[in-house]
Amino acid sequence: MSQAARNTQGRVTVLHHLNDELLMSYAAGTLSEGWSIGVATHLSFCTGCRQRLSEFESIGGHFLDCEEVEGDETAGWEEIQKRLNVPSSNVTAIAVRSDPLMPQPLFSYVKAAGGLRWRSLGSGASQMKVPTTDSSTVVRLLKIPAGKPVPEHGHSGRELTLVLAGSFGDSVSVFNRGDVELADDDLTHQPKATPGEDCICLAITDAPLRFTSRIVRFLQPFLGI
Amino acid sequence: MAMKTSSPVPSVSVERPDVGTVVNLPTVVAVKSLVWVDGQKALEPMEINALMAAVAEHQDVDAYQLLYRHFVPKVRAYMSKIGSDRAFADEMAQEALLTVWRKARLFDPGRGQASTWIYTIARNVRIDALRRGPRPTFDPNDPAFIPEDEPAADVVLERQQDADRLRVAMASLKPDEIKTLRLSFFEDMAHPAIAAALGIPIGTVKSRIRNACLKLRAILKDA
Repeated sequence: MSQAARNTQGRVTVLHHLNDELLMSYAAGTLSEGWSIGVATHLSFCTGCRQRLSEFESIGGHFLDCEEVEGDETAGWEEIQKRLNVPSSNVTAIAVRSDPLMPQPLFSYVKAAGGLRWRSLGSGASQMKVPTTDSSTVVRLLKIPAGKPVPEHGHSGRELTLVLAGSFGDSVSVFNRGDVELADDDLTHQPKATPGEDCICLAITDAPLRFTSRIVRFLQPFLGI
Repeated sequence: MAMKTSSPVPSVSVERPDVGTVVNLPTVVAVKSLVWVDGQKALEPMEINALMAAVAEHQDVDAYQLLYRHFVPKVRAYMSKIGSDRAFADEMAQEALLTVWRKARLFDPGRGQASTWIYTIARNVRIDALRRGPRPTFDPNDPAFIPEDEPAADVVLERQQDADRLRVAMASLKPDEIKTLRLSFFEDMAHPAIAAALGIPIGTVKSRIRNACLKLRAILKDA
């Protein structure tokens, strides 16, 4: 079995997790679609973050419990009773296809876009933009050749990077499949893909990245990054 | 969906402090006794679990009606934050409660409180209603999904104790912290909107939420 197959099919041990702010906004339903794709895909990997999510959701349940009730609680009963025996069209089970690289919900988004299609970024790296209805974020997949650096960039705004295959690291840490790196505008770093396997990541940003290289910055509008 | 009547009737324990006794009865009988004793009284969590089980296993309409009466005003209040259109909010509340009926089998009392489960259903209905696009979510049926280990045997009791601890923990928060959490979880406000509504910097919103998280976690982990 190849290195890639072992990495993508073996049990994932997540070391780098979502922060409280993202999980809590996701629990409250106020997180936008783009960030939610990253959060939910990490949750597919991570039992620990799902546990924390359910703790945050129980805060919502608590507020529901605490809600002082006024008005007629029998209103609407006649109508809803009539609908109890009508099977709903949207509860029919949808067969889920397996994808060893991308768990849900990411897989559905990529499938809806016509499957994986890489576009070269030069220097061997490539990307695919993942279409969403959320204009406040950019969601994309990045493929960085083994041992090569991610194109140098500072951040204007936040960035969430979730490793799907291979791994990358910078001077501080190494990120493997399932791990999340969260960055904000203070951080300029140059992570490198670990030698041995190409690194594939899901990257979500809330503003276009500000590339330090003049040429890449010039090309940014054309490359769509 | 057919109304099932022939499957084995499970037994439930329902503690009734108001009548000073623990009722250990078949679900359907316990449900009937609730109607008989006090139709108006707010339901206790264990009673809610028993009613949920009756709906999941027997499509018990009487049990569902009690759940409906308990939850629909709360869910309506939650939905009323959608906007000024009262009729639309009521419709969304009906939609959420109908989903509770249809998906009752998916509720697992070993994973959390029914009110939390119903909150997540209402939240998802509200996100759809606000047309913020789809809500991306993980799928436990996805072969790539990494599942939890099986929960321990007395986990339902544990979840109940978790809920009690959460109530205590919430009561220990400062009023400002509770207000901020409520705006987020109940009024559907993102951090910038909360900052604007309270007239405070966004950094203060974040630090209140962070402090609240730390306090809640300390108390919940303590036990």
